[in-house]
Amino acid sequence: MEALGLLLHGFAVLLTWKTLVLMMVGLVLGIFVGVLPGLGGPNGVAILLPLTFTMDPTSAIVMLSCIYWGALFGGAITSILFNIPGEAWSVATTFDGYPMAQQGRAAEALTAAFTSSFIGSLVAVLLITFLAPMISSFALKFGPPEFFAVYLLTFCSFVGLGREARHKTVISMSLGLLLAGVGMDTVSGQLRMTFGSSELLRGINFLVAVIGLFGISEILLTMEERLALRGHAASISLRVVLGVWKDLPKYWVTLFRSSFIGCWLGITPGGAIAASFMGYNLAKRFSKDPESFGKGRIEGVFAPETAAHASGTSALLPMLALGIPGSGTAAILLGGLMVWGLNPGPLLFVEHKDFVWGLIASMYLGNVVGLVLVLTTVPVFASILRVPFAAVAPMIVVSCAIGAYAIQNAMFDIWLMLGFGVVGYVFKKIGIPLAPFTLALVLGNRAEDAFRLSMIGSGGDLKVFWSNGLVGSITTLAIVLLFWPLIDGLLARVGWTQRAKPAAG
Amino acid sequence: MSQTDLEIVVDDPTAPEDDSPSVVSTGTIEIVVCLLLLALAITLGYDNWRTGASWDSTGPEPGYFPFYLSVILGGGSLYGLIAALLAHRAASATFVTRAQARRVMAVFVPTLLFCLAMQFLGLYVASFLLIAGFMRLVGKIALWKSLLTAFLFTAIMFVTFDIAFDVIMPKGPLEAALGR
Repeated sequence: MEALGLLLHGFAVLLTWKTLVLMMVGLVLGIFVGVLPGLGGPNGVAILLPLTFTMDPTSAIVMLSCIYWGALFGGAITSILFNIPGEAWSVATTFDGYPMAQQGRAAEALTAAFTSSFIGSLVAVLLITFLAPMISSFALKFGPPEFFAVYLLTFCSFVGLGREARHKTVISMSLGLLLAGVGMDTVSGQLRMTFGSSELLRGINFLVAVIGLFGISEILLTMEERLALRGHAASISLRVVLGVWKDLPKYWVTLFRSSFIGCWLGITPGGAIAASFMGYNLAKRFSKDPESFGKGRIEGVFAPETAAHASGTSALLPMLALGIPGSGTAAILLGGLMVWGLNPGPLLFVEHKDFVWGLIASMYLGNVVGLVLVLTTVPVFASILRVPFAAVAPMIVVSCAIGAYAIQNAMFDIWLMLGFGVVGYVFKKIGIPLAPFTLALVLGNRAEDAFRLSMIGSGGDLKVFWSNGLVGSITTLAIVLLFWPLIDGLLARVGWTQRAKPAAG
Repeated sequence: MSQTDLEIVVDDPTAPEDDSPSVVSTGTIEIVVCLLLLALAITLGYDNWRTGASWDSTGPEPGYFPFYLSVILGGGSLYGLIAALLAHRAASATFVTRAQARRVMAVFVPTLLFCLAMQFLGLYVASFLLIAGFMRLVGKIALWKSLLTAFLFTAIMFVTFDIAFDVIMPKGPLEAALGR
């Protein structure tokens, strides 16, 4: 139980007024970001990252992760009250949340959403607390070939398991990896793909790209839609909260199932969006009367919210233990770690114990504080939507510009941000996924270094990726996942012939 | 507890009409994007090949990894191009309607002007102009509200970044005149 002692130490690090205030500020900003259309978890974190440049890493990560929790909480508010999912992962929450609000049970639905978010995160944080140290100590034995194999596994699973057209995922990923290589080569010091431009010498900054891809492009996309909205106001009374909590034990199967789905999809790059839908659908399938779903059933709020939060939180597990983010937002937090001079990966648990356990402790505290905060302040946040988008849009643009400029104090980055904004807008509209791009851009250099180091070590022999049982099985798994659709098709065919034979005979 | 307790209502006076004609189809944009990506892949691939994409005594040369990525990117976009060309013969979905394009331009053009203005006027003055102008001209919000909101937001940003957190933003003649 070494983890427990370290966790308690983490709490001790956190329980200062300064950190608690930062936590509250982060949560409020995060809920803000989650409620506003045209802003979401990833871009909120990316835009607000510059605020943390002057802080010490622990305070910075506490604030940023609280922005993330806040955004996760905030998405539910607009889904339930306005039938507008503030985030893609809260789409499933609207199915039953909005009907509940229409029946005058908005307070109940909101309490259910916040409580299940809390439960989902809690399960995921427990998982991180006990699993992350084990995985990272195991990963300490990894050499460059093992790391490259793990990166390969991440990339291949995106291609093989993603729901988008495969060639689009490949385009997005190879573009990200290529752009990560622009600038000075880290191994030889030679310049690559700069075409003599001194601005490109620095390379393409990951955070600048993210601010453009998610922030600017989201504004352009939001403007395409009709922005009129009508919604219910709600205030939550203690009586309603206690009423919902009293009924919680009845739904333990749903909560448990959704937490499990969420954790699983969060660690593998399936993501919160898939998790919330899967949680909802399974709750519906296993229900005694599936007909009543979609008409304002409280389980229809519990199931997707628990899954979305469990997934959003557990996405931080591979980031902490291996240095591989499980979601877009985790990728941005990883970018933050590098800005503060921390090297993500298994060594983090050895070299920066305070930081890691401070972060894990802040997940517990942030979720408790967040739950209390959203339950008490929902009316305030709901009324943010009264502010017309014509006022919000330019403010978001300004925040994006501040964020992009502050990273390297370069005017060129403003233009880069604008360019990526257009790219993001077009990519989203023609169905090229942005998550693989983000992941590739942040992992590109590390993946290349791992590849080149293993190649140097083996004298250029690709067999090094099958040189021992561990690296061999990871590499093989990666290749299996890459061709999974083909293999799946073949298996189905074999299964089909096997089933058809007795029928024919 | 009736169904009509709607308490928050926000209207959108300049919303795009639903029956607006299509400007360009998704298929066409896909073809254009794939062509651009293909051109990018060839350019980057050539540059990396020039840098050195083979092996020397110390291992792979700097261009090795990105060269093969350019090949993958080129392959992906070529596949996308062919797929889009084949699908193009069938009816294609609308990429953007005229009304939508107008709205998107209503944000994009001011943003572009904002980035330009920032080079000369500094970030804070440009922000003030962007917010006030956008609220007044695109949102049709009363002038005094627009000016006040823009001023307050810019002031808060200035205090937060420049004074509290020491994050230095580009500044122009106004800040110089005020001695900051």
